[in-house]
Amino acid sequence: MPITYTSGEQIEVYRFSIPVTIGIPLFALFFQAFIPRRLPFFSIFDLPLLVTIFFAMARRNPISGLLTGAAIGLVQDMLGAYPIGIYGIAKTVVGFGASSLGAKLDVENAGARFLVTLAFYLIHQAVYFTVARGMVNLTMNWSWSRGVIGGLANAFLGVGLYFLLDKLKQRA
Amino acid sequence: MESVLGRYRNLTILVGVLFLQVLGLAVQVKRSGDAEHTRLIRIWAVDAITPFERAFVSLQNRADDLWKSYFFLRGVRAENRQLKQQIEEMRLEQVRLSEDAAQARRLQALLGFKEQVIGKPLPAQVIGSSGSDLSRSIYIDKGSNDGVAQDMAVITANGIVGKVLRVYPSTSLVLMINDQSSGVGVLLEKSRLQGVLRGTPTGELSLDRVMSDEQVSPGEVVLSSGGDQIFPKGLPVGMVTHVSPGHDLFLNIKIKPTADLNRLEEVLVVTEQQESQPVADKATRVRAADILAQRLPSVPDKPPATVAGAIASANSGATHAGAPATANLPTNATAKPLAGNAASTANVSPAPTSGTSQNPVNGHAVAGAPATPDTTGSPKNQVSLMPAAQSNLENLTPARPKKSTSAAEAAQPRGSSAQSTPRSPDSEDTPH
Repeated sequence: MPITYTSGEQIEVYRFSIPVTIGIPLFALFFQAFIPRRLPFFSIFDLPLLVTIFFAMARRNPISGLLTGAAIGLVQDMLGAYPIGIYGIAKTVVGFGASSLGAKLDVENAGARFLVTLAFYLIHQAVYFTVARGMVNLTMNWSWSRGVIGGLANAFLGVGLYFLLDKLKQRA
Repeated sequence: MESVLGRYRNLTILVGVLFLQVLGLAVQVKRSGDAEHTRLIRIWAVDAITPFERAFVSLQNRADDLWKSYFFLRGVRAENRQLKQQIEEMRLEQVRLSEDAAQARRLQALLGFKEQVIGKPLPAQVIGSSGSDLSRSIYIDKGSNDGVAQDMAVITANGIVGKVLRVYPSTSLVLMINDQSSGVGVLLEKSRLQGVLRGTPTGELSLDRVMSDEQVSPGEVVLSSGGDQIFPKGLPVGMVTHVSPGHDLFLNIKIKPTADLNRLEEVLVVTEQQESQPVADKATRVRAADILAQRLPSVPDKPPATVAGAIASANSGATHAGAPATANLPTNATAKPLAGNAASTANVSPAPTSGTSQNPVNGHAVAGAPATPDTTGSPKNQVSLMPAAQSNLENLTPARPKKSTSAAEAAQPRGSSAQSTPRSPDSEDTPH
């Protein structure tokens, strides 16, 4: 799997227009809320997480990545039934990690993206589980099988989605 | 110090952002009973997302209606036939159940029980979800503008769905019963054991707090107990699918919900629950035999000569109003004049669809004229028997000589077949 270490000079940094920056996360949140009612299996996907990872890896800026993750996560929390901040914290960590990784590694190819998405999905679930159980006192049980299946499903979807979103990138 | 912060700028900002969120979370958890402090920012998010969901649902429904109402009509005729048959079967079932319900109400009234009744169910459409498989909640298109309030029960015809968690002006968030933070007071239908229904992280339902020495078998129906003050008692919840010994002396019971929680489209919000003392039903009862009698083919009008003959025959035995139905009644049951003796006949029949009533003038059976209940004794509303019921009555009613029938006794609210019979005080024992 070609994950190559890249020097800072070789890394291309991208930016996005304001409509894309606001519209794509909103679309992701909308579809995540809408589609599972029609297709229940879709709830295994986490479109806001995939969008967070994509923006973080493309911008390669840790601050921008963590703020994007925090914003998307907090809006996702606002739509849910639990206290605001659980998704916010989890996606902040993912945004920071993905952008830091993107600054050091070439994550433009499908194999790297697949592995990065799988890894960050598991990190996201672990942080969510820790916060939900430790702070909010939700009775949650960790399931490796569920985590891995969800990670693989999201990684497959992510690879396809990232290629679509690549069309919206602008070279900085 | 500045150089350290500059060197670890990214990490410092990360810690700062995380700290702020943890702080906000801690404040919310501490004030867990008060959702008002996050209400405004939740409204922003909901207002940004739900209009799109509402528009999509509306568009989808219109397309669906267009397709199903105008194009895809295959099998509609067969389905219609099947549904009609189902209605007939359910009518009979309803009659049987209404007898049981009336009996239960009488007993409850005697014992002074109070019952919870669903007052106003408000139909609502599901427009979205929380969008996470870690929390199970849905958005409906009715909010405070429509009278929805927090903690109202949300149900479907098949079973309970959840409760209203948050209310916005035009939408509401419903926490479903399979969410892990949800809890519903339930009881098992047969054993009447009570427990708490909880959701699991995987979206399944489990019944807690049932001791391991209790007998619970798969297939048993689970109903709401009303103990949570949200769901009215007796609503279907689910069915036991698996029972195994759990930890801490409790059974591990898995429940399958009767409502399909993954494919909800329309739900009902119980906006009003009434608690009332049950009143024994004194209304006229309809029996299964009456329904069956209505379905039997009716006899066409008899020619006047025949009827006159029947009247003559009946009068020769000094019975009553000359209706064919009374021709074979006990000859000395009543001895009253032909006209105006309606009091001796059971003209309070509640069976308006029996299809025959008596002619206002001569008391002959008139096909198709509805027989309206009448307790005044007016002969024009006397009800004749349906042929099948009449023949049954002829076979079953024993002759009771030397007993007269009073109007009050005749006015007992019974089914149409028996109602047309002059009833003696002990005729309640007559089998139907």
